[in-house]
Amino acid sequence: MEAILQTEKLCHIYSAGTPFEHGALIDVDFTAYRGEYLGIIGHTGSGKSTLIQHLNGLLKPTSGRVLFAGQDIWESKERTRQTRFQVGLVFQYPEYQLFEETVYKDIAFGPKNMGCDEGEVDRRVREAAAFVGLTDQQLELSPFELSGGQKRRVAIAGVIAMEPSVLILDEPTAGLDPVGVEAILGNIHDYHLAKNATIILVSHSMEEVARTVDRLVVVNDGRIPFAGTPREVFAHGDELSAMGLGVPTVTRVFHRLRALGADVDPSVYTIEQARAALLAALGRGPREAAGNGMEQASSDEGVM
Amino acid sequence: MALKDITLGQYFPGNSVVHRLDPRTKLLLTVVYIVALFLCSHVVSYAVMLLTLIACILASQVGFRPILRGMKPIFFIACITGLLNLFYTKGEGAPLVSFWVLEIYPEGIWAAVFMVLRIGMLICGTFLLTYTTSPILLTDGLESLLSPLKKLHAPIHELAMMMSIALRFIPTLIEETDKIMSAQKARGADFDTGNLLQRARALVPLLVPLFISAFRRADELAVAMECRCYHGGEGRTRLRQLKYARRDVIALAGGAAIAVLVGVLGHFGL
Repeated sequence: MEAILQTEKLCHIYSAGTPFEHGALIDVDFTAYRGEYLGIIGHTGSGKSTLIQHLNGLLKPTSGRVLFAGQDIWESKERTRQTRFQVGLVFQYPEYQLFEETVYKDIAFGPKNMGCDEGEVDRRVREAAAFVGLTDQQLELSPFELSGGQKRRVAIAGVIAMEPSVLILDEPTAGLDPVGVEAILGNIHDYHLAKNATIILVSHSMEEVARTVDRLVVVNDGRIPFAGTPREVFAHGDELSAMGLGVPTVTRVFHRLRALGADVDPSVYTIEQARAALLAALGRGPREAAGNGMEQASSDEGVM
Repeated sequence: MALKDITLGQYFPGNSVVHRLDPRTKLLLTVVYIVALFLCSHVVSYAVMLLTLIACILASQVGFRPILRGMKPIFFIACITGLLNLFYTKGEGAPLVSFWVLEIYPEGIWAAVFMVLRIGMLICGTFLLTYTTSPILLTDGLESLLSPLKKLHAPIHELAMMMSIALRFIPTLIEETDKIMSAQKARGADFDTGNLLQRARALVPLLVPLFISAFRRADELAVAMECRCYHGGEGRTRLRQLKYARRDVIALAGGAAIAVLVGVLGHFGL
């Protein structure tokens, strides 16, 4: 796969030369590939927010390099600015950055800064609004009349309107109700599919990440201890718990079952996988079970 | 980000003698120190004050670097004051240097040096107060010192509360500004280039969210305070009572002695 964003030996030290000096990132080698759906997980203060702010040039590395499509983003001022448009970053609680009189104008802020002409701005605003499910009437409202979840969608649309090839979202679902969470994750997925964009989802919720991403990067104490498919990463259940991260509930149940002596696959992380693994352990292949029809499945769920 | 480097009003936790002094003592000493600074008139009295300041900084264990870093914002003011004093002080003898309309007298040089020194020491001394006293203690001390004015129905408690809330929220607002700036920069906002008008306009995406969030915070704080039955200063008791200790008496006596000394020295033009 082709790498789109890369860091080489990235270091960042905060408050260098004061009593508050501390290294937030230490020799981080991170890679995101074109068109993948990547998750970054880490505890509060692990350095994940610092890492993503390097990826679009908001923070300058203390040492090391950040490459976008193979080129150093700090090569020139112009390149840094272009990278910010190519790598869209949605901050935590992005609704607090809204400032325009209407939703439309707020979404148009990014494209206007890019120098798009009137027609292009209009197209991008309407397309971005459609991605996040905002209606035409809502575009004319003041962003401060909307509900919390709607405001967040406006803010995400504001970044999507720049049509970045990499979209980074820092805890996009924090503080939303379950319906809101599903809606936002769905919007992001739609953008991913429609534009073949690379999505980087930052979260501390294992469950949420496990359901959505292709690949996971774990950040802990300014380093990346594990990266890989969710299955590979969740196999390190104990180390993850030691980092205060924990694994999805299903995975935890299976780890416990294994500790109790049951011969089950400990790397499952969704309900469907759990079903297949349980059936396999009970001596019936998942294919066979599926062939046996509904009553078989429902009785198995009863056992679970 | 440069915003985070602002040290104004920042507290450096520590356990030195200076940290442990009663905040009222430190406030009084700061006032005495400022008065003494203005009583200084020449080398000897300035030397006494400078030595006092250095001794206090050493005792506080804060270190010279943060204090000097705090001086950065007033660097230009000090420079301009120095230059004005240098050129506009007329001496009795012949000017040392004279070109165009500018003349430099020996008195001018002294005046410039003393004025810069006075401003610098003024800032250093007050920074030492905020570096070694937590905002809460500072406002407690201020309230206690000003409490006689309550008899005149001056809203001292309310003022102290407002001050402590303001101090408390400075770092929060700086952090918030930093965050909103980053977020708008990620959308291509440009705060650093353009002419004055363009730059002023570029601040709108920063200031609108900042004001909204400040009001939201104020509202939340008011609700939280009411939930905890806050109704002003009447009948409020404190968890931490301020008490003068022996070191406070010693410090106050020492401060008064130095001030008197400087006053006498200044009177004789030393």
